[in-house]
Amino acid sequence: MIGRSCERALGIVTVIGLVIGLYIAFVYAPADAVQGDVQRLMYLHVPLILVSYLAFFVVFIASILYLWRRRLQHDAIAHSSAEIGVLFTALTIAVGSIWGRPTWGAWWTWDARLTTTAILLLMFLGYLMLRALVDDPSRGATFCAVLGIIGFLDVPIIHMSVVWWRTLHQPASILRPGPSTVAPDMQVALYTNLAAFVLLYGYLLVKRLQVEGARRELFRLQMELLG
Amino acid sequence: MIFTRRVLAIAWKDLIAEWRDRESLTAMCFFAFLVLFLFNFALGGDQALIRQASSGLLWLAFAFTGVLGLARSVQSELVNDCLDGLLLYPAEREAIYLGKLLGSFSVILLVELISFPLFAVLYNMDIWSQLPKLLLITVPATLGFAAAGTLMSTMTAGLRAREAMLPFLLFPMTIPLILSAVRGTEVVLRREAFELAMPWLKLMAAFDVLFLVGSLLTFELLVEE
Repeated sequence: MIGRSCERALGIVTVIGLVIGLYIAFVYAPADAVQGDVQRLMYLHVPLILVSYLAFFVVFIASILYLWRRRLQHDAIAHSSAEIGVLFTALTIAVGSIWGRPTWGAWWTWDARLTTTAILLLMFLGYLMLRALVDDPSRGATFCAVLGIIGFLDVPIIHMSVVWWRTLHQPASILRPGPSTVAPDMQVALYTNLAAFVLLYGYLLVKRLQVEGARRELFRLQMELLG
Repeated sequence: MIFTRRVLAIAWKDLIAEWRDRESLTAMCFFAFLVLFLFNFALGGDQALIRQASSGLLWLAFAFTGVLGLARSVQSELVNDCLDGLLLYPAEREAIYLGKLLGSFSVILLVELISFPLFAVLYNMDIWSQLPKLLLITVPATLGFAAAGTLMSTMTAGLRAREAMLPFLLFPMTIPLILSAVRGTEVVLRREAFELAMPWLKLMAAFDVLFLVGSLLTFELLVEE
């Protein structure tokens, strides 16, 4: 019962945080001098990608724990966190595209950071597909734990290679427009939204873990019925 | 010493099996030729453009053919429960992994060596004077690709959609390797100073070490019953 009320409290705090975040992003924070209101997308874009990194880091830790302790709970955390991470990364790219069209004049450019983010999305989409395709759950959990660890370790190398790819022979031509130092009001808006999205991630993770638990229970009952 | 002999024994077994039917060797060579041939049409026969893109095209062809070979290397063990037999072989799991890796590496490298003259003829390139430098790029790139590929194909061998899943997992992970190989080959083919390829060689080395160590640590988990 304590778990239930904690979860409800987390949900309420998350909603409050998101509403405050929206208010600050749309009303409190000033419009950008160069980009105008479009720049407000930053308060969605930046928290989304930072929370995706957090989600993939949780996948990495949970994968190590699963291989070490072999507890199903760790695998469930890795799986759920990977799903939320994929969702948030995809949203980051979508929001970035919407932001990029009016400011850069293109939906997509082969900027180093954009490319690594897209590769990260592809890798974890592969992770989720692999999980869906392996019939034996414990085997799938092991495969995905290995993939989660190796993939996470590969990310710095991918990042380095893509940055070099863009900068070794020619200077980076695409830099983020806007002021290099973020105004204090904007910082407040950014951090508030980041906190709200971390809460949202936590809430989604708890909910997703419940679904996973229910699914396992259903599977167990089905097996019992079938004998 | 005995570890090395076990690794070589497994690799030798794979190479003999490959030599007896030459099925994947011919398929891979033909495929590499086909890809190099088709790129000509994709680029509209523009010779200047083709020359500029040639190293990228070469490595795309190698990546596609490499996947073909890697998929077969572990899949062929599934027939008649050969994989179970292989696991019963009194050797460390690391030796089994390294043996499979060495087998795939040799086959892919052989296909690449056969493809070089084809590439030189089709794209009108003089690669012969540059061959040692080219090999300096090709060997570490192929090694890393085979290391990551052997691990991934062990994961996907038993799946329903394995033909689609192997490239889907392997290509995003090996982007650093393909990128470095393309850039390094570009430096060599354009006769630029070889120092320009050094950062890419270091990157390949880092990737190779990561995947070899990572695979050696985790391969046992993938094949356990």
